[in-house]
Amino acid sequence: MTSMHTPLAVDGASVALRYPQYFRTNWRFRAQVGSFLAVALAFIVIGIVQLEIPFDRLLSGIFKLGDFGRLMLPPDPGSSANAALYLRALGETVSIALLGTLGGAILAFPMSLLAARNVVANKVVHFLSRRSLDTVRGIDTLIWALIWVSVVGLGPFAGVLALICSDFGSFGKLFSEAIEATDKRAVEGVRAAGGSHLHGVRFGLLPQVVPVLASQVLYYFESNTRSATIIGIVGAGGIGLQLAEQIRVLEWQKVSFIILLILIAVSAIDWISSRLRFAIIGRRAVT
Amino acid sequence: MPAAVPKLPDDQLDALAAAYAGATAAKRRHVFIGGILLVLAVVLAAWSSEVSITKFSENVWRFPAYFAGTIPSISLATFSADVAEWLWGIKRWLRLLGDTILITYLGTLAGAIGGFVLCFLASANLVRSPAIVFVTRRTLEFCRTVPEIVFALIFVLAFGLGPLPGVLAIALHTTGALGKLFAEVVENIDNKPVEGVIASGGNWFQVVRFAALPQVLSNFVSYALLRFEINVRGAAVMGFVGAGGIGQDLIEAVRKFYYTDVSAILMLIVITVMVIDLVTERVRHRLIGMESDR
Repeated sequence: MTSMHTPLAVDGASVALRYPQYFRTNWRFRAQVGSFLAVALAFIVIGIVQLEIPFDRLLSGIFKLGDFGRLMLPPDPGSSANAALYLRALGETVSIALLGTLGGAILAFPMSLLAARNVVANKVVHFLSRRSLDTVRGIDTLIWALIWVSVVGLGPFAGVLALICSDFGSFGKLFSEAIEATDKRAVEGVRAAGGSHLHGVRFGLLPQVVPVLASQVLYYFESNTRSATIIGIVGAGGIGLQLAEQIRVLEWQKVSFIILLILIAVSAIDWISSRLRFAIIGRRAVT
Repeated sequence: MPAAVPKLPDDQLDALAAAYAGATAAKRRHVFIGGILLVLAVVLAAWSSEVSITKFSENVWRFPAYFAGTIPSISLATFSADVAEWLWGIKRWLRLLGDTILITYLGTLAGAIGGFVLCFLASANLVRSPAIVFVTRRTLEFCRTVPEIVFALIFVLAFGLGPLPGVLAIALHTTGALGKLFAEVVENIDNKPVEGVIASGGNWFQVVRFAALPQVLSNFVSYALLRFEINVRGAAVMGFVGAGGIGQDLIEAVRKFYYTDVSAILMLIVITVMVIDLVTERVRHRLIGMESDR
């Protein structure tokens, strides 16, 4: 396509003479880029040495992966009983995601009011609530699942509780940011008309934030479905348990069948939740 | 200081009040229907995921008790000795944490390079063939949807135990996640430089290098840093399936009920995650500042 265009015959030297600012070499910028790349490269080398990355295993591993890929085709659950089992586990996964998201949102809401500077002006409360949310968020869902399994035992219930915990952290942060981003004139209007501080929150603040929060919850429902597929690996229920088991016993056709199920479920929920989100807040980006 | 509010005549007021009542009734009806559907879904989900209030109420005390159990006994009199005992494995844990960060770094970097290469092929404004765009996008979607720990489970079988499968799993998942974000950035660029480079005879690579890249690079770096932050959390659990890092010691401590070790390792992880969050946030804000200066 580009061969059709012949470049204009331009005398490079005269152009360079007329616009020296575009042709000057910016040595400082180049030195910055160069040193940045050198540091990045140094960390790569450190990483490879420290982690003792075995390059000899890389090639044989890729061949093995190719074998696994061939064995995965076609996806096959083995028997219809197995297929029913996997579908049931998938339903369990979606249920865990739904309950975890809702529970996390309900618990995070009062916390986010505490953590929002325009609702509770106390600096100590603000600091403490923010830092505790950060702590909860710093712990991965899988770790929460591991802890809850040792508290309530194996099964999907531990998964629900794990998702509630990890969502509590993320929702608390997102919600409080949404609340801080609201327009304060509505609250001032309510206060000016004689409302108390709580009235201001209820009638001035909530109507502004509820659609935003709802869309965030819907967005998280989708991403939690992905998280819920893996917490089964530590025994917290859902399809992850089946998936991890089938991978360990090298039943590749079942593995690919389960992965296919997960892909379909996640994209279905993605579709539904984005429809609902657009219905709630209109076609604007979720922040 | 109450002020007199002017009151409308009743006939005008009635019409307005009726309109208001109609509007709120319609809204209430929607909320009511939505609420019923939600409750039905919750009941169904609770049944399916074996939620049991009795089990919860019988065992819920174990949760604070668990955390209370992990608190090391530190008294003021023997403070330094107690802390030293609590953090007895600090050398090993710090090394494993360092491994975790290196796994994250290598995985994120490899994934960012992968996403960088693929994102231009997934952008409809740079690639004319819809087939290439479609195939690239579906590939990225696949990499993004399969959780990294599932990749790690499979890679551990192919590459053996150790950090390598962890790095590769994070790289693959990051390729999917960043490729999509990068492609969205590329699709939103100003098209005039692209046309300019084509008009002056540039080929496809020159279009990418001189027209697209200068517009998107700072956004790319910002997204990659955000992903790095997310991947630190992901890499911390890679050890659960034998893919290296601090996770292997954590799962051992939890499974074998080494309570104080659990709290020590969790604390180290949380501190690491927070520090990395702070640093990357600083860098990202500076990058965004540079963007708005231009």
